[in-house]
Amino acid sequence: MIGAHLPALQVVVPLLAAPLMVLVRRGGFAWLLATAVSWVSLAIAITLALRVYESGTISYPIGNWPPPWGIEYRVDAVNAYVLVLIGLVASIVAPYARLSVAAEVPRDQHYLLYTMYSLCLAGLLGMAITGDAFNLFVFLEIASLSTYVLIALGRNRRALLAAYQYLVLGTIGATFYVVGVGLLYLTTGTLNLADMVVRLREVQEIRPVLAALAFVTVGMGLKLALFPLHFWLPNAYAFAPSAIAALLAATATKVAIYVLLRFYFTIFGPSLVFERLPMAEILIALSVAAVVIASLVAVFQRDLKRMFAYSSVAQIGYITLGMGLVNEPGLTGAVAHLFNHGLTKGALFLLLGGVALRLGGTNIDRVAGLARRMPLTSFGIVLAGLSLIGTPGSAGFISKWYLVVGAVERGNWWLAILIVASSLIAVAYVWRFVEMAYLRAPQAGAAERIEAPAAMLLPAWIMVAGCIYFGLDTSFSAGGARAAAEALLGGLR
Amino acid sequence: MRRDLVLRILAKLLIPFVLVFALYVQFHGDFGPGGGFQAGVITAAAVIFYAIIFGLPAARRFAPDWIVESMVAAGVLVYGGVGMLGIVLGGNYLDYFVLAHDPVQGQHRGIFWVEVGVAITVSGVMLKIFYKFAGRRREADQP
Repeated sequence: MIGAHLPALQVVVPLLAAPLMVLVRRGGFAWLLATAVSWVSLAIAITLALRVYESGTISYPIGNWPPPWGIEYRVDAVNAYVLVLIGLVASIVAPYARLSVAAEVPRDQHYLLYTMYSLCLAGLLGMAITGDAFNLFVFLEIASLSTYVLIALGRNRRALLAAYQYLVLGTIGATFYVVGVGLLYLTTGTLNLADMVVRLREVQEIRPVLAALAFVTVGMGLKLALFPLHFWLPNAYAFAPSAIAALLAATATKVAIYVLLRFYFTIFGPSLVFERLPMAEILIALSVAAVVIASLVAVFQRDLKRMFAYSSVAQIGYITLGMGLVNEPGLTGAVAHLFNHGLTKGALFLLLGGVALRLGGTNIDRVAGLARRMPLTSFGIVLAGLSLIGTPGSAGFISKWYLVVGAVERGNWWLAILIVASSLIAVAYVWRFVEMAYLRAPQAGAAERIEAPAAMLLPAWIMVAGCIYFGLDTSFSAGGARAAAEALLGGLR
Repeated sequence: MRRDLVLRILAKLLIPFVLVFALYVQFHGDFGPGGGFQAGVITAAAVIFYAIIFGLPAARRFAPDWIVESMVAAGVLVYGGVGMLGIVLGGNYLDYFVLAHDPVQGQHRGIFWVEVGVAITVSGVMLKIFYKFAGRRREADQP
């Protein structure tokens, strides 16, 4: 009986856990509940994904109001994949958070942090699962508002500025999105995404639709940190509490990318977006700029968290590049990179959280000789770094392989070469860590072993292991991504 | 504060009516303008009015911080709980049709409790914001 309600429970469980945490007001209880909720979300997401792969799209009418009128939750191959990613990352970050948060956040704020964590989880899952354009905006706001609070809880006072910066830009992004949805509602008279697809085909006057496309692109571009709209991201990731940085880096921008994919491919349709408009060229140009410029900026960062934050902007560039290729391998690469980069960046930020805990910061000078002091953490960062570069045998390689194939299929040899060449810049910044950690001696009087606690190391290493595992067994990461790409491209024909 | 006799007496006279009006707005929301949000704001306004006239400590004695914070959460739980009740009674999430034998009455019942939840949370949030701003200097002065 409960099985039929899984699409609703996917969102409702974390949503209702949040007020419970506020009522109980105990940090320990809130952490336990947050962990349990994350695991339940993952279990629901996996169940839904299996069901979708087996028997196709699941539709769930909220409140039993039939779809075009009521709000519909709709799970297909695309968002089932995103739901699994969110659930997986949250289930790994939540157990990790206890020690990390205890070290970085004042005790009386713990229960509020986990409340916001649950709300953020509910918001992200809701954005992914809903089939209603305005409902998506509501969840976008839930996820964003809780994210602002989570970032502001960072130990450094500059976290407040970072949160404020993100608040301003994030609000502009959400407003642009809702203006775009308003224009779509004006032309089609519906907010249901599936219904919108049908009605948009009959629209004669295309100008408001083009304006909607522009608004949604800019709005979601801000949320997903599409170059050059990424200025909020490095500070947000660098100053948020470590566990939160890992959660955001692995999920928040990815969900925004999903929304953009959904609007481009399912709703507006590729013939409008990519044939009548030069969106493919624009996306490719911005993505190439992101990959090259953000990677170069990352090389010159003094702080490891900021370095990997800029690297996130570059990696998001690869994903939007795959979107711009508009063919099946390109899209498969883009969707697979959502997952693979989520795992990789999650692992890196979790490991950096351990570094921040033991060394009091992640400045590059502090990690001198880190390999001798924190061997497991250092080795984990190297392995995840290899996945970031896209070394064969790692998860990052799989998605970049599809991107290269997509570029070649589109006839853009220079793009394929650029994807490979830009990985060399990633080698440069990962090498900076290797050089500091492995080739330098520890600073005088700081030679003792200070490995991160097992409760933090284990979740981080599960993610590192995932980076390797999904580089060898691609049946879910690439297989699910291909199913998603087919669904995205198939909806258009 | 002690000297403002007119204000103090007027406040004591007015506040009960403000609270009753809030209840009217709450329960008449089904048929006319009003509803949980407005009722919650009016309730909170009554307490804020009390705080302005009689001082923040007096208001905090009447509505302590922990109650206010619990209200913020409790309202959401009521709202979500009504939704879960739909599942328990064999419908979908937020399904009010199943809350009574007659579907229309079920919708009435569902929206009634939802509005109760909204009122609780809104008045809680309003008071929380007011306390946070009004208490700022006090907290900053303390070491």
